[in-house]
Amino acid sequence: MNNEKKHRHPIRYDPDEKFEISILWKILLFLGPFMAGILLFTIYPFINAFLMSFKENYSILRDTFSGWGLGNYRKVLNDPIFVSGLKTTVKYVVIVVPISLALSIVIAVLLNNAKRFKAILQTAYFMPLVTSTAAISLVFRFIFANEGGLVNKIITTLGQSQINFLGTNKWSEIVLYIFGIWNILPFTIILLLAGLQNIDPQYYTAARADGAKTFDIFTNITVPLLSPTIALVAIVNSISAFKIFDYVFQLYNKPGPGYNLYTIIYYIYEKFGGTKPQYGYAAAASIVLFFIIAVFTLLQRVLQRKTDY
Amino acid sequence: MKNTSDKLKDFFQYLTLFTGAAIMFLPFFWMINSSFKTEKELLSFQSFFPKELLFDNFRQAWEMGDFLKYFGNSVFVTVVCVALTMFVTILAAYGFSKLRFPGRDLIFTVLVSMMMIPYEMLMLTNYETIRHLHLFGKIWSLIVPFTSSIFYTYILRNFFLSVPDSLYQSARIDGASDWQYLWEVMVPMAKPSLVTIALLDAITCWNSFMWTMLMSSGNRNIRTLPFGLTAFTSEAGVHYNLWMAGATIVVIPMIILFLFCRKSIITGVSRGGLKG
Repeated sequence: MNNEKKHRHPIRYDPDEKFEISILWKILLFLGPFMAGILLFTIYPFINAFLMSFKENYSILRDTFSGWGLGNYRKVLNDPIFVSGLKTTVKYVVIVVPISLALSIVIAVLLNNAKRFKAILQTAYFMPLVTSTAAISLVFRFIFANEGGLVNKIITTLGQSQINFLGTNKWSEIVLYIFGIWNILPFTIILLLAGLQNIDPQYYTAARADGAKTFDIFTNITVPLLSPTIALVAIVNSISAFKIFDYVFQLYNKPGPGYNLYTIIYYIYEKFGGTKPQYGYAAAASIVLFFIIAVFTLLQRVLQRKTDY
Repeated sequence: MKNTSDKLKDFFQYLTLFTGAAIMFLPFFWMINSSFKTEKELLSFQSFFPKELLFDNFRQAWEMGDFLKYFGNSVFVTVVCVALTMFVTILAAYGFSKLRFPGRDLIFTVLVSMMMIPYEMLMLTNYETIRHLHLFGKIWSLIVPFTSSIFYTYILRNFFLSVPDSLYQSARIDGASDWQYLWEVMVPMAKPSLVTIALLDAITCWNSFMWTMLMSSGNRNIRTLPFGLTAFTSEAGVHYNLWMAGATIVVIPMIILFLFCRKSIITGVSRGGLKG
């Protein structure tokens, strides 16, 4: 009787009323698929990477190890290949992130002011967002090639001697930087544009009323007000630059012409995907990477909280 | 009326912008331009533009590279992966925003902090997990590990949280279940967020490289376009005309997508850009 009444007058429905069984069933229905995926492919492998990194003489095939210890870390951190990989990666970050930021700031400010040709400019600047780097890397290889390469054609036409861009250590590194910058520019410009649009236009109106020059407005208003966004983008880009692997592989099919472009991820990749898998080393190297990225992420969180972005 | 110095400023502004745009666009232009040239024409630089529009490169690349298969795989992986991810994400975002149970927000905070884990760290174990699940060398190995995304759930949950609970109460009064309320009320309202998520996920799936390379080492039949193209270049040898034709085949679908959804892609990237 009472139940029936409730049905007829559902206006008294209270969502907290019947917690118990129905809510458990709902949790399973709504969160089950998601949590299954997260547990199996994120949480378990995360914990397992830590465990593996402390297993001495770990063999994945037989699933055996001789004991727990820091052997893998000792080996990895003393491995000249890993250390040079770390250096190459840091150098890549230190070169590509600031240059792409500087270029992006200029382009974003100009794009923000531009009233005409918006569609055509956006198309040119932002198309690399969707196109696979595997395809564009081939174009870069062709443009910088010795035979029939556009850049070398221009150089020789100007009377200079041809440069072996893809076959020498020095130049292959520079081509990688150019490719990296070209790839990251669109993303960087878009985030900076979003930051620019958050600046109150009153600042500009006031500055112009005071007769400020364009360049002074840029250095005294735009850049300081944009600096929280700049800092955030720098961190986000650094994180992605630390994970560089695809570009190197796609440009050279190996870690550079003289094995000069070994990166941290390349090391991890070769230690577990190669012919002689050494999972312990790969795990230890991946945890070094994890801590580098964790530091940057915490920095980002602090900044984001401060600026309320 | 603009004075001369303003006009000059405008001129230099657009000059800089178009120079930059030309540099950004150059690889695309050079790729398409070269894909119509013969190899001889390419290497000799006789003319800037192709003498005639040769489709022979495309035919050769298409036949040598097995691109039809790679293309089919790419479409399958992208469509299935995006569909499954959306489904899982919608359910999870609802669960973490509208269901009430103890510890809900704490669990979600812990999950959000896990977004900083680089995928390369998880890859070691996932590689083995895929083997244990007997998925190695099968196309599902490119999909299964990626259907639960904390980041997309985070975006969608933020939107769901902004929907007032009074709407929920009135839907319940009308006799709707949670399931109906989610699909008939919340999902239609969340369309902008869902478009963002779908586009970001589609771009990621379509361009996924390293994992595809690892998974397809046992079976070339599951290669998708990006790694298929890289493999094609080592199998076909150095013939830039064929490379450029192959690259054009891979890039054109994405360019078409971009031309149609430029605005949503740009807003999507700017909203989704600062993950971490």
